[in-house]
Amino acid sequence: MTGFPAELFSSLSTRNVLLRRITWFVVLALLLAAPFLIEAVLGRSWVRITDVAMLFIMLALGLNIVVGFAGLLDLGYIAFFAVGAYCYALLASPQFGLHWPFLALLPLGAGVAAIFGILLGAPTLRLRGDYLAIVTLGFGEIIRVLLNNLNRPVNITNGPQGITLIDPLQLGSFSLAKTHSVLGLSFTPVHSYYYVFLACAVLSLLISLRLESSRIGRAWIAIREDELAASAMGINTRNMKLLAFAMGATFGGVAGGLFASFQGFVSPESFHLIDSIMVLCMVVLGGMGNVAGVIIGAILLTVLPEALRYIGPLQQRWLGEVVVDPADLRMLLFGLALVLMMLLRPSGLIPARRRAIPRPNPKTAEATDAAG
Amino acid sequence: MKLQDIRTTESTHGVLMQNKFSNSLVTALIAAALLAACGKEAPQPAPKAAAPAAPQALTVKIGSASPLTGPQAHIGVDIRNGVQLAIDDANAANIEIGGKKVKFEIVAEDDEANPTKATTVAQKLADAKVAAVVGHFNSGASIPASKIYSDAGIPQISPSSTNPKYTQQGFKTTFRVVAHDDQQGPTLARFASGTLKVKSVAVIDDNTAYGQGLADAFENTIKSLGAKIVAREHTTDKDTDFKAILTRIKGKNPDLIMFGGIDPQAAPMVKQIKELGIKAKYIGGDGMQTPNFIKLAGDASEGAMASIPGLPKEQMPGGKAFLEKYKAKFNQDVELFAPMGYDAVMVFIDAMKRAGSADPAKFLPELGKTSYQGVIGPIAFDDKGDLKDGPITIYVVKSGQWEPLETVKPDAAAQK
Amino acid sequence: MEIFAQQLVNGLVLGSIYALVALGYTMVYGILGLINFAHGDITMVGALVALTAVQLLAAAGLPAPVVLLLAGAVAIIVCATLGVTIERTAYRPLRRAPRLAPLITAIGVSILLQYTAALIWGKQYIAMPEIIKPERITLLGAQLTTLQAAIFVLACAIMAGLLWFIHSSRMGRAMRATEQNPEIAGLMGVNINTVIAFTFVLGSAIGAVAGLMVVLYYGLGHYFMGFMLGLKAFTAAVLGGIGNVAGAMLGGLLLGVIESLASGYIGDLTGGVLGSNYRDIFAFLVLVLVLVLKPSGLMGQHSGDRA
Repeated sequence: MTGFPAELFSSLSTRNVLLRRITWFVVLALLLAAPFLIEAVLGRSWVRITDVAMLFIMLALGLNIVVGFAGLLDLGYIAFFAVGAYCYALLASPQFGLHWPFLALLPLGAGVAAIFGILLGAPTLRLRGDYLAIVTLGFGEIIRVLLNNLNRPVNITNGPQGITLIDPLQLGSFSLAKTHSVLGLSFTPVHSYYYVFLACAVLSLLISLRLESSRIGRAWIAIREDELAASAMGINTRNMKLLAFAMGATFGGVAGGLFASFQGFVSPESFHLIDSIMVLCMVVLGGMGNVAGVIIGAILLTVLPEALRYIGPLQQRWLGEVVVDPADLRMLLFGLALVLMMLLRPSGLIPARRRAIPRPNPKTAEATDAAG
Repeated sequence: MKLQDIRTTESTHGVLMQNKFSNSLVTALIAAALLAACGKEAPQPAPKAAAPAAPQALTVKIGSASPLTGPQAHIGVDIRNGVQLAIDDANAANIEIGGKKVKFEIVAEDDEANPTKATTVAQKLADAKVAAVVGHFNSGASIPASKIYSDAGIPQISPSSTNPKYTQQGFKTTFRVVAHDDQQGPTLARFASGTLKVKSVAVIDDNTAYGQGLADAFENTIKSLGAKIVAREHTTDKDTDFKAILTRIKGKNPDLIMFGGIDPQAAPMVKQIKELGIKAKYIGGDGMQTPNFIKLAGDASEGAMASIPGLPKEQMPGGKAFLEKYKAKFNQDVELFAPMGYDAVMVFIDAMKRAGSADPAKFLPELGKTSYQGVIGPIAFDDKGDLKDGPITIYVVKSGQWEPLETVKPDAAAQK
Repeated sequence: MEIFAQQLVNGLVLGSIYALVALGYTMVYGILGLINFAHGDITMVGALVALTAVQLLAAAGLPAPVVLLLAGAVAIIVCATLGVTIERTAYRPLRRAPRLAPLITAIGVSILLQYTAALIWGKQYIAMPEIIKPERITLLGAQLTTLQAAIFVLACAIMAGLLWFIHSSRMGRAMRATEQNPEIAGLMGVNINTVIAFTFVLGSAIGAVAGLMVVLYYGLGHYFMGFMLGLKAFTAAVLGGIGNVAGAMLGGLLLGVIESLASGYIGDLTGGVLGSNYRDIFAFLVLVLVLVLKPSGLMGQHSGDRA
């Protein structure tokens, strides 16, 4: 059996099935108890950060399909997140007075995002690597500008003011936006949503793993490594690329719908170019194509800027006064972290298994060889 | 080189052990970062313990949430400075609340003007048990954050959010000390129509909630007063080149150009208006009424007009003094919303004094009854938490300074 | 017709600034295959350095042309050094790394530059002292200032100079050779590292000049100004065919004109339904159209996969 869990635990003796079962149980227990553990140690804001991290795990896994598996450089991925979010927002808020159930809206968001994925993919099929990057970037910007401006002459998206009072996830009268008391534990919204997000993240993980080891996944990897050869081997590169865009987009669409219900508010401000770039950083930093790496990348890049907020008080303690504006220092350290991490691990934290030794950029590799 | 490419590393352990040194270094870095996060919780209780030795002393934390990084950082830092100045002034005044001496402390957080970060910051401030929050800057941040403050019972005054929905969510804790667009826009329009007597107008907005809201309100009112809108243009809050839309406007020959936006755009815009030889007058809202506008636009700013809620600073006891105090402490001019941030803190303190307690549950009801004379003018809230209509002053740039031109008292018909 | 001429003039001046910044992107890409995301921020550093230099020199009472020349020189030196340093420390170690690794590094460098600038210059918008008072002139019915004309002429001169340099000088030949086939170029005696370093120096220096133009033209500088400018310039470089110097120039000018005409005429063309707020969408749609018809950009040559 191949796959991430097996790889992680294969170092344990395969004879020791009991030990493996215990490890599984412990991991499961930790995941289920996480919100309460985190709240006890770090405070409720970190539970919220964990929830956001779950969303970004879904986004990173989605982008991983496009960039990691199929090798298509997408700089506008956040557009699918936006599409999913607005899809949910438009159909479950006072904007049009519609309040569709989330069980219908989340798949709908995924579907609409997939359509947009194909719309993006179609004109880009003939484009080479970095040209694709700018077109996808442009696409992301187009979506954001549209969302910001579709409030005249007909008000669809409410423009820069965004859409408020979006329905939370609810079934009948049971709403995740209310605090529920179960067995003496207090399930506030951030706790309840954690479990929903965890379930969706795990689902995304499982789908990614299945895709990776399927014929489709192998076709993508073939296209990534050498499109001409892949085509010569009979792979329909056009359809496979479109499929990659569409599948990646669905992850973003679902995550977007969840995001809208969680925040209760969407505006174009959440979907800037920098957010697309951040998701890309998560994928590359984690190890493109490697599902485990990408998850770690997502968690790391969500947690790191938040952890760096504590630099402020720390400066106070060590130096007695605040020398550098803590907000600036936080960004400087973040930038530095990106640079250092790439210098230390250019293939990512956990590089993809099935990839050849990281294929160097042909131009620079020759340059380095020539330079001697 | 080609051969190397084909060889794969398909070993189960190999991947994780690829480079032992960099592996352990990276793990160490990640562990350090996460440990840092855990460890940093410790300093939080420390400041409390370091409170003044006086046995009766009370430490009251006021949260400040605004963008401290990113393209709007200049506005967010300005807000934080305003809050800091208020806290310093309050501490210097040795205020007593409920018989106890109070020391105020700022807890400033960076929300990056991003709605998601804003909720994280709101949760942090709620966890830190601040007594009140001045924030956020943009409505996109204030709105999602307001739910968290409401759930925690923490009163929130926004110094700058203008989306009407912010106070329409049914929360008891949302307030703002900035005139929203339905107050300022119509006043500007009435001034333009009544005093300037313009017949044709071109309207530009910066496609943000603030700028577009103001421009829309202005446009609707001036249309109803009989003026003709010859052009409605849009730019973004990052542009500096407006020649294209200004050229289009030039072709329509308006009497007046109105801009809904903030000074970093307004200043180059007015320069380009002069460069293109457009003769129309130029007017904007409070986003433009800043010292920096004149500095950035130079000579071209002469004759530009802008409205700002409140009485002329010269007539306000605290107004001019505030500007000078700010400049002395921070070595730069007030950007825009610092006075609102300052007044927000003072309004909180005023409510605390009247309630005799710094407990949010106790002074929140007092907030609604506020009647306070701030740097920005008279402050009172309506039942939703919006600023009750106050006077709005129109200023004009004369010889490189903002001079008050006309003060408009709240129009009874415009009161909601 | 006057309006059209005016929009054209506006667009060409804006476009020449885009073109100059685009040159930095395209030269680095041509030689290294790397999208240098930090280039917009290098231009920003040049702009702010020039601004500070002008503030200091103007206060010292020197005449305007001297001030501008000195400020420009200082900005060029700072940016060139910065560019080379970044190449050496952040990009060179990653030459054998996967293609996307230096992209992430570039993003990290971009953030570093922005917040270092914020530390040095603060986050407020900084006003450029008005040391020159451009006169207005009329050209074919369009209003123009002497500054705009100067910017356009200087930009064209720089572009022409660069083209001449690349085609006629030794270093230019070395750069072209390295771009085509680094291995063979190396065998022919070209020092690849020097060529790469020189490319960064040249790109950054031209970026510095563009930065000075921006602060002169718009009158202000801000630590975040490199982001949008860099994005537009990169788009222009791709439009013209990334890796191609003449393409970057063409792309820049074209993008400026497209933006100008779009802002000016979308409203009229759609009867008021769409307005100038759709300018960026229009520009990107034009880009997509060009790339669909000509996948390697207007003047790009590489059409197949580079093995």
